[in-house]
Amino acid sequence: MGSIVSLRNVVKTYMRGKQPVEVLHHLDVEIPEGDFLALMGPSGSGKTTLLNLIAGLDQPTEGELTVAGERIDRLPSGKLAKWRARNIGFVFQFYNLMPMLNAERNVELPLLLTSLGSAERKRNVAAALAIVGLADRAKHKPSELSGGQQQRVAIARALVADPKLLVCDEPTGDLDRETADEILGLLQTLNREHHKTIIMVTHDQRAADFATRQLHLDKGRLVESPQKSAA
Amino acid sequence: MKYIPLIWAGLWRKRARTIFTLLSIVVAFMLFGLLQGVNSAFDKGIQGANVNRLYVQNRVTFTEPLPYSYLSQIESVPGVNGVAWMSWFGTYYQDPKNFVFSFPVDAERYFDLYPEDHLPKDQLNALIHTRTGAVIGSELAKKYGWKIGDHIPLHSTIWTKPDGTSDWTFDIVGIYEDPQDPARATQFLFNHTYFDEGRSFGKGTVGWYIVRIADPSKAAAITQTIDNLFANSSDETRTLTEKENAQSFLKQLGDINFMVTAIVGAVFFTLLFLTGNTMMQSIRERIPELAVLKTIGFSDLSVLLLVLGEALMLCLASAILGLAAATAIFPAMRDVAGVVSLPMIVIAMGLGAAVLLALVTGLPPAWRARSLNIVDALAGRK
Repeated sequence: MGSIVSLRNVVKTYMRGKQPVEVLHHLDVEIPEGDFLALMGPSGSGKTTLLNLIAGLDQPTEGELTVAGERIDRLPSGKLAKWRARNIGFVFQFYNLMPMLNAERNVELPLLLTSLGSAERKRNVAAALAIVGLADRAKHKPSELSGGQQQRVAIARALVADPKLLVCDEPTGDLDRETADEILGLLQTLNREHHKTIIMVTHDQRAADFATRQLHLDKGRLVESPQKSAA
Repeated sequence: MKYIPLIWAGLWRKRARTIFTLLSIVVAFMLFGLLQGVNSAFDKGIQGANVNRLYVQNRVTFTEPLPYSYLSQIESVPGVNGVAWMSWFGTYYQDPKNFVFSFPVDAERYFDLYPEDHLPKDQLNALIHTRTGAVIGSELAKKYGWKIGDHIPLHSTIWTKPDGTSDWTFDIVGIYEDPQDPARATQFLFNHTYFDEGRSFGKGTVGWYIVRIADPSKAAAITQTIDNLFANSSDETRTLTEKENAQSFLKQLGDINFMVTAIVGAVFFTLLFLTGNTMMQSIRERIPELAVLKTIGFSDLSVLLLVLGEALMLCLASAILGLAAATAIFPAMRDVAGVVSLPMIVIAMGLGAAVLLALVTGLPPAWRARSLNIVDALAGRK
């Protein structure tokens, strides 16, 4: 299988006051399609920065970044937004659901950007909620759901537009062990059965063990991983 | 259309705050509707003035009478092809709050000069031949339930009879209509002879003359000629076009337009801050949510339009409720405004003002939402 993500000599520099701070140093990474990759490293290692670049939320300072066949480091903001809508599904640590919308409406959000009609949107939403096991909670608002259920809704929202790539930033960071395992199991199923490429940032080795590969970052550089390391 | 549930949900995120803001805007637009409605009704009266009619009144003040003897001199002015007169009778029916616009007139001359007031011929004849006869506008008849044959007593606040009483009785012999503007048919007209013979003072005078001219382009010259006729007399005249006369009458009440503009301006100025603050606060609280929308693919422009849509929905919904309330209340102000329904132009102006309010108060938070940097917003740095 070919690469779905390709980074060549990618550098990311932030300005801290007037001081430039290089967060990622000349990274070269290839992530094959169908991979379930755990991106690990200590705080400040640059893993969320790398995830943001891959997801098209931020632009590299230098280097080439190709994701899902598109040089996204060259895309202007408007085109990048459209590209994200088509190719990327996001799962956040704190779920980030719209509190005033019920589960169904939350999951529908990415589909509002498509040309699908109302009936078709409803069908896709129902399918996504069924995949995450929340078909019976469609009318519930986030405040009426547990943390694990909210994260499942967030995963359904990430899936519903059938993106090529799921990016998850500490998706179990706010959950207890048992619920975290359920969510990680769900991600594993999405990877194995629905062939979704997943990139997951985590601190947690136990969470990383659910992935097929692990990539370790330290101070903005790739380091050798102790187990299941990237090729 | 598919974004409406999202806009609606955003609006009701803080239910109490939205309801209080909505109520403030509703009250503001109700006030706007009522005040602007009165203003517009007055303005409509001025704009609808007949260009062929001039008003000759006493130069000192329009409440001072003019001698009846001026009639023949005014009639002899070249370009004048009709003259009538009226006097201010100043009456109420049963209770001082039931004010009645009543005027003694020469019936034939009056209805000749005011063809817009339609009175059937037989009713005009009845008025001419009935000393105590009176004809009333259809709106006035509707207001008090008066009909032909009724015997109506009116109390004049100015004119006393020789016996010292101020109660005058009339027999309704006709009802006139103004098909172009039915709401303006509110006058009570009766015979000048009955008035002149019955009053204890001021005999041989009239309140003002109404002059019909053949060519409106010669109004200025005719005006000058009439006023010159009576220059240096004990009762000098001031001749105005019907439009100027209406404006001059309204000025006696005060500069209505200025007052309305000042009040409405102050209300909207306050509203700008209130609504603007509500919108800013609402957006500040939702920065992470807006960042998520951008993350899943909503463009900067879509986010800007969503926020503007919220401001527009709030302002338009409130304006519609406020203007609907004004429309419901307005008929009760018929005695002030002289019209029974809120003019459409006021409703259109109100909706225009709502859109403007939404743009002015919604644009700063919308721009802020548009400019959000996703990474900073998700990390809580904005």
